Amino acid sequence: MTEKTTELGVKGEAAAVQYLQRIGMTIAEQNWRCATGEVDIIALDGTDLVFVEVKTRRTSSAGTPEDAVSRTKQKRLVRLARAYMAHAGVGPSTVRFDVIAIRVLSEDRALLRHHRAAFLVES
Amino acid sequence: MQATVMTATLLGVDALPVEVQADVSSGLPMFGIVGLGDTAVQEARERVRSAIRAAGLQFPNARVIINLAPAPMRKHGTGFDLPIALAVLTATKQISASLVEGATAVGELALDGSVRPVPGMLAHAYTAAQMGYDLLGPSAALPAAAVVGRVRCRIVDHMSALRCGDIVSREPHCTEPFDRLSLPDLADVAGHDGAKRALEIAAAGSHNLLFVGPPGSGKTMLARRLGGILPPLNDDERLTTALVHSVAGVDERPALAGVRPFRMPHHSTSSVGLIGGGSPLRPGEISLAHNGVLFLDELAEFGPATLQAMRQPLEDGSITLVRADGRVVYPAAFALIAAMNPCPCGYLGDAEKRCTCTEAMIDRYMTRIGGPLLDRIDMRIRVDRIDPGRILAAAEEEPSESVARRVNKAIAFSGDRPPTRALTGGRLLAACLPNRAALTTLETLARTIGLSGRAVTRTLRVARTIADLAGETKVTRDHVLEAAGYRIGDTV
Repeated sequence: MTEKTTELGVKGEAAAVQYLQRIGMTIAEQNWRCATGEVDIIALDGTDLVFVEVKTRRTSSAGTPEDAVSRTKQKRLVRLARAYMAHAGVGPSTVRFDVIAIRVLSEDRALLRHHRAAFLVES
Repeated sequence: MQATVMTATLLGVDALPVEVQADVSSGLPMFGIVGLGDTAVQEARERVRSAIRAAGLQFPNARVIINLAPAPMRKHGTGFDLPIALAVLTATKQISASLVEGATAVGELALDGSVRPVPGMLAHAYTAAQMGYDLLGPSAALPAAAVVGRVRCRIVDHMSALRCGDIVSREPHCTEPFDRLSLPDLADVAGHDGAKRALEIAAAGSHNLLFVGPPGSGKTMLARRLGGILPPLNDDERLTTALVHSVAGVDERPALAGVRPFRMPHHSTSSVGLIGGGSPLRPGEISLAHNGVLFLDELAEFGPATLQAMRQPLEDGSITLVRADGRVVYPAAFALIAAMNPCPCGYLGDAEKRCTCTEAMIDRYMTRIGGPLLDRIDMRIRVDRIDPGRILAAAEEEPSESVARRVNKAIAFSGDRPPTRALTGGRLLAACLPNRAALTTLETLARTIGLSGRAVTRTLRVARTIADLAGETKVTRDHVLEAAGYRIGDTV
């Protein structure tokens, strides 16, 4: 990963956090890590526990940001969610997986799309 | 939060009750269906989710598990969509449990939330009646319930009706009456009086018949006209035939209107297509022809294995299919009408054209059909090309309508006597009432031309039908002679 893309990702996540707070969600964790990997944002929407994956893109040449959340990534996020719930000792509660897709338009403008309950756990 | 909705899955012509249990609990969001559903049942997840949202209702963001009980039984088809959606909505208290209590639900969902009928609505209505439940489904449930009787309907044509909890409880009613198809008329066929007489006998007694003749002699034309002289189905036959059509997804309205099925599968038809089978199990052409006629044109061109598979159903009037996941019996009481050439070139025995086949070729051709199948055919009729003068003369030929009247009269004459095809031995003799001369003639004939036991029985049945057509209580020597004549013929 080049320094530039990392930087872009960090900026995107910051924007996502700002957005989530503005719509009234509480940020519980940012960049929570464990052996399986990393969750961009873990938030509370009322009593719902929300795991958020943030994808930021400068161009659409590699497809939309949403395309980047592949099946494999979804499965990894589910594993991470289980790990987090075990780690934090959260009992069965309503859980949601959201995706925030950010398309950078110019230096100070971007388009943000919030997909609530973007996917389900595969049975 | 749990909920249960009743539904049913098809096995053969029966709809077996299945319980759809939904469990909605907190945890990682998922939507799983367990209980041996096939791909169509698994795909219900996408349809159910979209249809619920399209109706302005909520699909829960929770752990949703659906169990189809009894779990070891295989389930198939899209009829589970509606009961699964109802179970989810009941479990999440979006609809009142009273809407689904005492009902068995069936229907396929479209992504826009509309509810569609599935094959076998008639079988579902039967099951609902047996369990004393209402039938919950799309409007197509109404005519099915009307046929079965003793079953009320709750109609949902679109999922949005559930939002206001207004499931209309409606009395079943029949849809507009079915118009009889215009069938080809016997008046179009010049000559062939013998073959027409044979068709009349076959129609009156549901006998198997084989037309043999050179190309272009009119075998197919004759056979197709059998449909127009068949008697209407009686009440029992209507239901059993319509039930098979319904589960096969074939329009059952003609059968319900009393039209006897007339099926004519092409000779490329596979064994499974003819006999039934596949996954999920589906009735074949022989079952779709139940209580009617199966017409096999170019009999010798059918696969030998396909033809031989018909031997057992021809005797039993039903077909038993045994598969890894169960045993299914489909009714298959049909009259077999077949047409074929006498040899590969087609002109064996023709008055003008010479046959170019060798003896060996003709033998091979006949072995494709084989003795056991031929033995089950009651009447073999030679159909020769007729004189061009007769075709062009445009003489007045008897129309199907008047032949049909005689057929109906013969059936009325037979009264309450069970159809002879169901009888053997002493009961057959008691029903046929042959006089002494008839019996001696039959015995002598059987010895001289070497009729099998089955052939003797079948000849007697044909003789009985001939007597019915003549309006005579006793089978006489003349009836036996005519019947035996169809069996030996100068053909094959």
